[in-house]
Amino acid sequence: MIPFNARSTFLMAPALAWLTALMVVPCALILALGFFRRGVYGGIEYTFTLENFALLGDPLYAGIFLTSARIAGTATLIAVVIGYAAAYAIAAAPRHRQPTLLFFAVLPFWSNYLIRTYAWIVLLNREGLITQGLRLIGYEGEPPSLLYTEGAVITGLVYNYLPFVILACYAPLSRMNPELAEASRDLGASAFTTFRRVILPMTVPGIAAGAVFVFVLSIGNFITPALLGGGRFQMIGNLVYAQFLTANDWPFGAALSMALIALMMGLLTLQAFVAERAGGRGPSDG
Amino acid sequence: MSHLAFRLRSLLAGAATLGLAAGPATAELVISNWDGYMAPDAVANFATESGEAAEMVVHATNEEIMGKLIASGGAGYDVVFVSSPFAEVLRNLNLLEPIDPAKVPNLANLYPEATELPHDPGNTFSVPYAWGTTGLCYRSDLVSPEPQSWNDLLHPAEAQAGKITLLGTDRWLLAAGFLAKGYSVNETNQAKIDEVEADLIEAKKTMLAFDDTTFYSKLVSGEATLVHAWDGWCNYGITENPAIKFAVPTEGSDLWVDTMVVMKASQNKDGAFKFINYILDAKNHAWAAENILYKVPNKPAMESLSAEMSATYPNMAMTPAELLKLEQLRDVGDASRAYAKAVSAIKAAQ
Repeated sequence: MIPFNARSTFLMAPALAWLTALMVVPCALILALGFFRRGVYGGIEYTFTLENFALLGDPLYAGIFLTSARIAGTATLIAVVIGYAAAYAIAAAPRHRQPTLLFFAVLPFWSNYLIRTYAWIVLLNREGLITQGLRLIGYEGEPPSLLYTEGAVITGLVYNYLPFVILACYAPLSRMNPELAEASRDLGASAFTTFRRVILPMTVPGIAAGAVFVFVLSIGNFITPALLGGGRFQMIGNLVYAQFLTANDWPFGAALSMALIALMMGLLTLQAFVAERAGGRGPSDG
Repeated sequence: MSHLAFRLRSLLAGAATLGLAAGPATAELVISNWDGYMAPDAVANFATESGEAAEMVVHATNEEIMGKLIASGGAGYDVVFVSSPFAEVLRNLNLLEPIDPAKVPNLANLYPEATELPHDPGNTFSVPYAWGTTGLCYRSDLVSPEPQSWNDLLHPAEAQAGKITLLGTDRWLLAAGFLAKGYSVNETNQAKIDEVEADLIEAKKTMLAFDDTTFYSKLVSGEATLVHAWDGWCNYGITENPAIKFAVPTEGSDLWVDTMVVMKASQNKDGAFKFINYILDAKNHAWAAENILYKVPNKPAMESLSAEMSATYPNMAMTPAELLKLEQLRDVGDASRAYAKAVSAIKAAQ
């Protein structure tokens, strides 16, 4: 019998090698790139500089960070409200129906992200299905401008990331002991108080996990603002994309990526903290 | 132009083959071109005809292939298709092999104008493959009076507001602004760049979207009525709806030239010249004009096109002399950073 430590090292090795080769090394390379200068012709000039990181404070780029945070924040809020309600409904459904309902919730993941996003273009464009539907019921005015708006970008983000919130909130909701809610009501709490004081606190870790997922994926997204925003909205993801693929300013693109990764790591740490605090508060798993 | 604009198709193909396309394999001759920019069997036919082993790889944008060429010093590639400003950069980085006219006899097929292009008179380091311009592509049945100025695009009449798209790529987006003001498309003066930035931010209020890839389908559906377009891509709209027309604005426009270059690091330069010579053959070069609907700078190839073609697609009837009156896009050196920043500011403005 192999001793426990040796065996776990052996079992961990492939995953660790994978992470090191495909995560740690590339990230370290990107970080290093951020400290060099862009050559006149787009190459990299190997002179140490902090100017790429200093540029992050430029009002233009700082403003793009804020816009991205606003769009991602709005999408997160909407996704959490809709997703929590859906997860609650699924958890409250008869046990044998729940797998089917969850299956429908994650069904969109079976198709490609780009195709799902294109479907929204088909729906929302000025000559799209919504306009045609309106005309069918007798509407004759100017078609509504739904596509290429901030609303369209937020809709796309919410739609694509909603299943994460549903899954994250469903887990604690389904594990919750129904007797706790009963006890709360027996002790005289209203349904709302029971939800606010008993159910909600126990599901905070799920909400936090879902929210961080949506926010992190949204703030770095570049496909949705490009397609549903028609390029009219510049998010950090688009800016990073532009530095690497059109401006050929890899060092600045690297600095932007690092700032984004730092932001995401901060949020994930916060989420872990929330989860731990909520977990340590009392018997949450019934 | 099929390239700077990443087509969705290329994007999907690129995403699927990202790992595979990154490094060319061991085949002797490696040719990199935009996806769909030459006959799908061109490389295979060349290989059969010449006996050279050849492989084709694709790039989605100039910038993508530039990144690879600069990183590898050009190693791993033999013939590369890039737009002329990028060919200039490669030449400045000393990565290009001078073109040996003795090994490319079909250079004689080029129009005289194509051998005296401002970026490379005498074709010393690049051979033009396709050329054209940018202008207004519109629904003549929905836009009246018919647009003729860059200002019709940037500051449109009420009826066109919200039904306009602009190219989102740095050089062309700013070119629309420069040309509207009568400036050079290669302007490097910061004050003028700032002025055009402000003007384009203003123009954003009356536009529908930035679009480099699907503008012609927006015209066909009627979602847009007036778009900023490359001449050849406007043709894709004309094919579907003859009411779509293309016009070069009265202020003039840019001349873009896509070229073929040979890398200095090539291990088979003779083979590379043979390939360029193969493409310059009138029959092979005509394929691009017939199928991609862009003009090629090849006299016998253009003369072989049917009269019907230049009647249907007016850009195909533009003469080289007319094209050369337009200002060629040149490398702007360090000003490209200012361009990139201006474009970010335009796109981020609310």
